[in-house]
Parts: sequence; C-alpha cells; structure tokens
Amino acid sequence: MQSIRQNDPPDALPDFRNLGVISRVLLGVNALALLFAFARSRGISEFVERLAEIASRLEPVLLAAIMVLYIASPYFRRLPYRYGLAAVLAVVLAIAAALSPLLTVGGSGGWREALWGAIYAAFCAGSLAWYFYLRNRAFSPVISEARLQALQARIRPHFLFNSLNAVLSLIRKDPKRAEAALEDLAELFRTVMADNRQLIALGDELSLCRQYLNLEQLRLGERLRIDWQVEPAVEQVLVPPMLLQPLVENAIYHGIEPGASPGTIEVRIGRRGDRLHLHLSNPYHVDYQHRQGNRMALANIRERLQLHFDVEASLATRVHEGRYEIDIVMPFRAAS
Amino acid sequence: MTLRVVIVDDEEPARNRLRELLGDCAGELPHLVAGEASNGVEGLQVVTAAAPDVVLVDIHMPEMSGIEFARHLQVLEKPPAVIFVTAHDQYAVEAFEVNAVDYLTKPVRAARLLAALKKAAHGTRVTRGVLERIDPQPRRHLSVAERGRVILVPVADVIYLRAELKYVTARTRDREHLVEESLTQLEHEFDALFVRIHRNCLVSRRFIRGFERGVESEGEAGWSVLLEGCEEKLPVSRRQWAQVKPLAKGHA
Repeated sequence: MQSIRQNDPPDALPDFRNLGVISRVLLGVNALALLFAFARSRGISEFVERLAEIASRLEPVLLAAIMVLYIASPYFRRLPYRYGLAAVLAVVLAIAAALSPLLTVGGSGGWREALWGAIYAAFCAGSLAWYFYLRNRAFSPVISEARLQALQARIRPHFLFNSLNAVLSLIRKDPKRAEAALEDLAELFRTVMADNRQLIALGDELSLCRQYLNLEQLRLGERLRIDWQVEPAVEQVLVPPMLLQPLVENAIYHGIEPGASPGTIEVRIGRRGDRLHLHLSNPYHVDYQHRQGNRMALANIRERLQLHFDVEASLATRVHEGRYEIDIVMPFRAAS
Repeated sequence: MTLRVVIVDDEEPARNRLRELLGDCAGELPHLVAGEASNGVEGLQVVTAAAPDVVLVDIHMPEMSGIEFARHLQVLEKPPAVIFVTAHDQYAVEAFEVNAVDYLTKPVRAARLLAALKKAAHGTRVTRGVLERIDPQPRRHLSVAERGRVILVPVADVIYLRAELKYVTARTRDREHLVEESLTQLEHEFDALFVRIHRNCLVSRRFIRGFERGVESEGEAGWSVLLEGCEEKLPVSRRQWAQVKPLAKGHA
C-alpha cells in the first residue's frame, strides 16, 4: 500500500496551507498585539490609539508573512524540523525588517525601525512556534491512541467469526472460492493491523472496501446490494486509511443485516472544486438502533479527520426518507 | 431413536456449515435434518410441520431474534429443545452462561455440537422465564397456540389486552386471540406501547382516538376510551384516570 509523508510526525512544522493553522496564527499574533497595547496604555483612549498604531504596522507584515509561508510551506515542511523552523523564522524576520521602515509614519524609518520590527516579529514567531510545538506534542499521543482504539472498534469480532464460518462452509464444496475469501480476509487484516497514521490514496481504500464487501456478499448473498458511483479522478486523492471501511461495515451491520428483504448501500464519491465529497447511505431500521457500536466508529473517524485536516474536514449524518446518510467533506489533495 | 433436528439461520452458508457438521456427527448420534428456515416466522411453521426434538437457532436474525423465536416455541405443547448459535454476542453469551443455557459459537466445532445434541436428546429444556431474562427486549409478536400451530400476533396490531378469567384477550382489528400470559407481565414488557386504563385492561397508545364522559359505572359517571378500528368503548377506572388523563389532552 502506497503511503505518503504528509502527516505530522512528532516535531513537525505546522501546515501553513491549513485553514486551522492560518486562523490560529492570525488570532495568536493579534492577541499578542492586544496584550502589548494593553500593557503600554493607561486608559481606554490611549489603548485604542496604541492598538491602531500597532495594527497599522503589524497587519501588513503579518499578511505578507502568511502569504510567503503559504507558498513556501511544502518546501519548508520537507526540511528537518530544526532547519524548517530556522527557515520560517528567517523569512518572518526578513519580511518584518524589510517592511517595518516603510510602515512608520511618514515612511522615514531607518535601520532602527527594521531592527524593532524584526524583534517584535521574532517574539511573535517564537511564541507561535512554541505554541505549535506544544500542540503537536499534546495531540501526537492522541493519534496513536485513536489508532489503538480504532483497532478494536474497526472490524467487529462479529464480522470476523461470521466470515470464518462462511469460509468454512465453502471449503468442502468450493475450495477455490474459499481460498479467494481467505486471501481477502488476510489482506483486510493486514491493513487493519498496519501503521495507519499516514494518509493513503483513496483508490487503495476503495479496493479494501471491495475486498471487505466480497466477504460480506459471501454470507449475505442476495440481501446485499451495492451501488457505487465513484468519479475516476478521485482515485489519487489522499484520505486517512480506514476512512470508508468502518462506515461500510456499519452500513451492513445496521442497514442490511436487520432487513429481511434485500437492501442497497449507496456510495457516491466526487470532486467539487477543491473539496472531496463522500456520501454513503443505507436503509434505516428504527427498531434496531439498540445494536451497539455505531457511534464509536463515527467518533473515531471524526477524530481522525480532525487530526489530519483540522477544521477543513467535516462529517455529518442524518436520517432522510428511510435511509441513514453520512456526508464527509474534506480537502481534495492528490498524491504527488 | 433418530433425533430430529431443525436449523434456523438467516445466512445460507451458516446453514450449510451446520448441515455438514451434523453429517460428521451422524456416526455417533443418529439424527435427521427435518427442516430448515431462514427466519423466525418461517422457522415456527417448519417446527410445527417437522416436529423436531432439537432446533439449532442463530441469535441474530432479521425481523425476529433467535431468542424471541425460542420464546414463541414455548407455547407448543411439547416444545423442542433449543440450542442457540451465535457468532459474537457478548451480552447473549454472558446471559447464557449465567442461566446455564446451551449455546454454540460460530465457527462451530463438531465435538461441541455433538455434546450439545446429546444433552438436548436427554431432554434439557429452556424455560420461558429464563428466555425472558436472557433478552428483556420487548417481543415483536405475541404467540398463541392453535391446534398444534403457533399463531403470531404482531404487537403493533394489538388494540387492547384484557384479562379474562384464565387468559388475556388480545384484540386486533380483525379478531380476538387468547394469550396465556399474565397482564402484569405484558404491561411490564410493553410499557412503551400500552397504557393501563383499568385493573384488567391495557390499551395501545397508538389506537386511542379520544375519550368520552359517559356510561355510569358504580353509580358515578366515568370516562371511556374510544378506539381506532374497534367499536368497543372501554371504561377507564378512577384509579387509572390520573395516568391516562395526560393522553387525553392531545385528543381534546
């Protein structure tokens, strides 16, 4: 399975193309400006005046820095953490030093203004770097924890034992099919037990789902129908591994197994602008909502989406016209 | 004596597997697969037709769980022994252990199957009470024995349940059924669907059309329930009126 170095190993630079990171930088720097203005003024009017003055000198530097970092982010993130950090600081200081003299009243600033600008910038960038460093540290154990939790939650023992039973039923009559089924099962568990922190190509996740569905088809037969509508262009998009499989498994557990008549699982995946849309639906059985396990898989996936994409990904569920629907929207990022 | 066995499982491969394993046990314990069914409703028909000694029942089945199926079997005069089969159901397995009910886990081993069949051949039976404890979920159907057959009455179709001398009458749109259960137990099990309006009567909330102040009962004018799909007006006792009254608001 193809894996791509795009996730945050411990001590990585933040992704400056991520909306969440950008908003954190904006909020953080402006909060520092507020504090600074507050500390240096004695009354409301002076505070407002100070703030306006700081803002007029700060915002252009801040916006310019964010723009440059946005462009440079992929290159910087490829460097080892220390050099990457040094590169980011150098860029920010250079921008501050270059712009600050131009932004003073009258535009008559000299090297003093450049120096002060660089000092303030160094302070802001340093504080933020420290913040992101701590945040990364705080969240990294969550990734492995979520992974562990996921290992337990993802494939239900119910599925494993039923599948083994279905394979056993084939061995005497149809050894070829039994072999194929065991191969699917092995592949499935190889993926489940793999290191699942790296993003993978959606095509790989889809083939995993197909293997899983082959096994389910074996025991459910006619009762399970699947309607795939996947745009070919999405095969290369990067997604968290085990994004779809647990949802398809849920769809079978809650939507197909409790139904006496055949049911259809719909999967729609497509691109809209710079977003990837995934839509999954299955028949909804009101009476079977006491079967456990649904929320766990959803919470797990939601958490992993957030760890990978922060505020840029979303997962929503609803019951609509007798069907249970899940919609996931996430950034459309193709594997390079 | 040949042991007669019926298999009830919603998955075809699982039924095939059980049949294979039964074949493997045939040398040690003569038996005959007398019938197969893919759900509980069908299973009850097969059981009445085939009169088996033992039924192998999967727990997870659509429409009717294996445990509800086993409960309905108990209205038969001579219910067959039941062996439950489950892939993985921690709760059910714990309940089986606690209540000493025989069960098999999928994939089933021939040796375990043989042991369970032998035990069943010696006449070990589960009782209604035990089955209720194992699965306290309300049933979907009430069952009535009629001339050796099991008639299923969907609980959702029952308009009211009224205690008579020995039985409870379950009234549906079309007819009345005599159920051999106590009203108190039924009230407890179907708490969410039915409301008690009288010492001897439970009414389905879904069928309540309205209330009428009317007929004299014991010298005082009391309230009666008007029902959907049934002409009868059932008196509400003064004792129960406090509980029933809130329902009347929606109909006033």
